[in-house]
Amino acid sequence: MAQAKTKDIMLDGIFRNNPILIQVLGICSTLAVTNVLKNTVVMGVAMIFVCAFSNFFVSLLRKLIPSRIRMMMEILIAATGVILVDIVLKAHLPDVSRQLGPYVGLIITNCIVMGRCEAFALSNPPVASLIDGASNATGYALVLVVIAFIRELLGSGSVWGVKILGAWWDNWSIMVMAPGGFFVLAILLWVVKGLYSREAEK
Amino acid sequence: MSNEYMGYFAIFFSAIFTQNVLLTYYLGMCPFLGASREVKTAAGLGTAVTLVMTCTTVLNYIVYKYLIVPYDLEYLRFIVFIIVIAAFVQVAEIVIERLSEKLYNALGIFLPLITVNCAILGVSLFMVIREYTLGLSFFYGLGSGLGWMLAILAMAGIRQKMTKSRVPGPLAGTGIALIIAGIMAIAFMGFSGVIKG
Repeated sequence: MAQAKTKDIMLDGIFRNNPILIQVLGICSTLAVTNVLKNTVVMGVAMIFVCAFSNFFVSLLRKLIPSRIRMMMEILIAATGVILVDIVLKAHLPDVSRQLGPYVGLIITNCIVMGRCEAFALSNPPVASLIDGASNATGYALVLVVIAFIRELLGSGSVWGVKILGAWWDNWSIMVMAPGGFFVLAILLWVVKGLYSREAEK
Repeated sequence: MSNEYMGYFAIFFSAIFTQNVLLTYYLGMCPFLGASREVKTAAGLGTAVTLVMTCTTVLNYIVYKYLIVPYDLEYLRFIVFIIVIAAFVQVAEIVIERLSEKLYNALGIFLPLITVNCAILGVSLFMVIREYTLGLSFFYGLGSGLGWMLAILAMAGIRQKMTKSRVPGPLAGTGIALIIAGIMAIAFMGFSGVIKG
């Protein structure tokens, strides 16, 4: 029984209720790093950690936090998680850390972190919240990786920094610039929503 | 001396146009997509963001320079910045409520949302990374706020016009808004090279 529920929470977060594609939440800052696949993966992992971390601790403290200041507490807990991530990144991946710039810090204000704390962690036990946070962030990270793959392939002709497309390929430089991110996400939304509505009709 | 003024102008101009926080750095996307259905809402939110962004960038600069750096607490800057922003928003709400009921009715409902607007925190973080001075921080904050307001106003105007257009089903709503944002971003790129920022 408990296992079935865990599986449900995970599937919900990753597919059925995917934060980006279905709820269209939290694309704020993270879209900015999707022009290079490697940075996106690092960012995704950071996101999963922060989301699981803050969900876990908010849930642990949920009976102690007065409801008036709960938003502030959620932000502070998320910020603590982000500080940990930032220190680890600076120590082990200084190059990526420099390229990500302010975007690691912006995980704090990502709507998904707060959204999951509000919607799930405040009314559920810690372990379930941990899983919920991690799976929502995973669903989020997967979408980002898909976007980054498309943008890097079309924009630089490479994947993970390795040249894939030969000299015949003209880079679509618009893809690595800001508008590319908007277009790829819009088309992805289009495709996924189209598929979902077709399934619903069946 | 004139060079110094040029620097302020360049930062201000580039923050509005060539390096628009929203269209080149994707900051503040959630309210941009959520609150851009009506021009009136967009204008209220845009004004509130500009006000908070200008003030918090300057406040965060002062806190960073005189509190964080001397005590070697750079790693705490995320928490400190977000507390400064949250506190400022609370105080601003109280002050505006006392000063003018009309202004409070126009801006009040947007203020609490702004604490979690990534653009506000993002601008403060960029300010630290780019090592701006106090004056530059002020112009950068003001310019970024105005740039954000310009983008959301344009977006709201376009979306209002589009309510009667027929958009392919799955693309309606957020999808088409993102495509408009992409086209707007291309238009804003046209400003690059106008001024060396």
